[in-house]
Amino acid sequence: MNMIQALNSAMDILLTQNPDVVMFGEDSGYFGGVFNATDKLQAKHGAHRVFDTPINEAAIAAMAIGMAAKGLKPVAEIQFSDYIFPAFDQIVSEMSRIRYRSAGQFTSGCVLRSPWGGGIRGGQTHSMSPEAFFTHIPGVKVAIPSNPYDAKGMLIAAAEGNDPVIFFEPKRIYNGPFDGVPDAPLKSWAKHPKGEVPEGHYRVELGKAEVTREGSACTVVTYGTLVHVAEHAAEKSGIDAEIIDLKSLSPYDIDTIAASVNKTGRAIVAHEAPRTSGFGAELAAQIQEDCFYALEAPVLRLTGWDTPYPHAHEWAYFPIQSRFIRAMEAVTKAV
Amino acid sequence: MSNTNARFHVPTAPFRPGETPDFSNLDLQKAGDAPRPDPGIDAGETASLATGLVGVLDHNHQAVGEWDPKLKADLLREGLSHMVLTRIYDERMLKLQRQGKMSFYMKSTGEEAVAVAAAMALDKSDMVFPSYRQQGILFARGRNIVDMMCHCISNSRDNLKGRQLPVHYTWAEGNFFTISGNLGTQFPQAVGYAMACAYKGEDQVAASWIGDGTTAEGDFHSALTLASTYRAPVILNVVNNQWAISTYQGIAKGDAPTFAAKGLGYGLASLRVDGNDFLAVYAATRWARERATAGKGATLIELFTYRAAAHSTSDDPSKYRPKNEETAWPLGDPIERLKQHLIGIGEWDEDRHEKLEEEMTKLVVKSYKDAESYGTLHDGPLAPTESIFEDVTETPDWRLRRQRQELGI
Repeated sequence: MNMIQALNSAMDILLTQNPDVVMFGEDSGYFGGVFNATDKLQAKHGAHRVFDTPINEAAIAAMAIGMAAKGLKPVAEIQFSDYIFPAFDQIVSEMSRIRYRSAGQFTSGCVLRSPWGGGIRGGQTHSMSPEAFFTHIPGVKVAIPSNPYDAKGMLIAAAEGNDPVIFFEPKRIYNGPFDGVPDAPLKSWAKHPKGEVPEGHYRVELGKAEVTREGSACTVVTYGTLVHVAEHAAEKSGIDAEIIDLKSLSPYDIDTIAASVNKTGRAIVAHEAPRTSGFGAELAAQIQEDCFYALEAPVLRLTGWDTPYPHAHEWAYFPIQSRFIRAMEAVTKAV
Repeated sequence: MSNTNARFHVPTAPFRPGETPDFSNLDLQKAGDAPRPDPGIDAGETASLATGLVGVLDHNHQAVGEWDPKLKADLLREGLSHMVLTRIYDERMLKLQRQGKMSFYMKSTGEEAVAVAAAMALDKSDMVFPSYRQQGILFARGRNIVDMMCHCISNSRDNLKGRQLPVHYTWAEGNFFTISGNLGTQFPQAVGYAMACAYKGEDQVAASWIGDGTTAEGDFHSALTLASTYRAPVILNVVNNQWAISTYQGIAKGDAPTFAAKGLGYGLASLRVDGNDFLAVYAATRWARERATAGKGATLIELFTYRAAAHSTSDDPSKYRPKNEETAWPLGDPIERLKQHLIGIGEWDEDRHEKLEEEMTKLVVKSYKDAESYGTLHDGPLAPTESIFEDVTETPDWRLRRQRQELGI
């Protein structure tokens, strides 16, 4: 399966197994979503379970909160993560705090899925990686899968949990992994081991990272599309980097990160989002705190620039393979 | 120099401090004049009700016209009692705030009918999504007053563990949704809740309240759009008390004829109701509930009333409106009007009213003593300090466990 098929399969299973699951979003119903993630789900499960919404992200989030208060399990879609900001108040002030402010009398367990990240010539409003806005909110979980197997298992785990989850989907790798070379031919998931996806129900628990490539020279902590870029950079450069796919950003798996950095002594944190106050800053600070005596070089941040996401110069902005190699060289040579 | 901005219009309140308020040119439809159509009518047919004023109690305190819900005297006395209790509670809590017993308070003086009558017209299983000024709902639904006070003084018995500002009540058992400080967010949430009721095939409805000022928030538009699209069984109340802190209602309303009229553009049944008329609020809520449970969708109700007290304990209205403007308000006082109605029909008298007030005052004073026995904000005991780390998510993760250790508990 590709990632879209895996997500579709997850949603089909959720709808089949739990009558309280409902799905909605802009173009998510009859049309099946602009990326086909909800393809055929309305026809199979009914328009009262998978339906179209008005173009109003705040309303989508608020609807999810109200439905969750009544015991439904909404799995809603925000068409692009760039357009999640109209829902920001409902997420920050409401969804994230309902359990806390009501001392557990009400909960708001729901999932907001949203296509995320760059690498698709999306320009400023179809390329953003707004995860750091959300990891700064106590009370919401943030998850970003990097492959079809995880996408399905994590979406099921997110929807079966009792906390609100912001579930970002790297749209650059919906149809195949990306090795970080802009003009390289497209690959499919068919030949990737994580493209093998069981048909049935399974969960990939949130909060756990995975070492996707073992190495000894340095640790690269990343998530989403860049997991693949980092892996290819390690192979191409011959630098024996250990790659950690974080998968969950809030909460994140400090144990896996610390074990790796304590072993390698060197760390790169990498994301597409801008550097300043990006999630990499949190990772770098925590690595410094937990692994200070093991570190042999400063923690290096490999990120998008502190600019809006550009259209024409996308590949000067995006942390492509060559930038990963340079960063790996820099962090391993640093004394 | 001539005024080059002559075409730039900024509305201003009709009366300011030092001026004499005069509402005689307010064009308000007389009680009894509005027709009561079948609740199943098309939304468009409510246009005259959205610009008129649904009223039952006339200037002689008699119940007139088609909207008279013809309630039994027992129920009217119960409503009066809840409103009196709400007012006495508010006054006591204000005093206690002034004595430093709690950090903050907000009264609902003059708006008791908006909350109490609506709550009594709803089913107790209907979920309410209030703003911070519908404490009357809690009295109408029978919440323990000691519990309410314990919340306001954030003590060891506060059911919110001291996490929320006073008056931000939550009471799941009474189907009273958790109040948020962020204005208007509950309006579209109520629609989502109502959609879920419809999804589950249950006969419950949701009701929400926001103020006139909050209608300017985007969530007002979100709620009306959703309610219309999905024909949700929800009652959307706009409490037009004329003031949003210091801002008069014309700033939010603009040149729209009424707040209720805004609902018509969304295809929602819309009513403007005398918010100081217990019977009218009750009747309109029943009508909207009937419409909702019949599958005909939502109703927007503007409750036309007046915020007689300060916005909050942090506000001084004498800086932006005339003193005693509330006494010039043409729709009077909701408690006085219901009281006079009951007296007029021979079901109440001044002695009984006085006794009721005494009884309620005693109850409130005694309840506060009880509440204080569970602690106060300043002297404790409070909820255990470590409880600040609970309920962020279902299970605290390593970050919260570490932070709790860092705090040394």
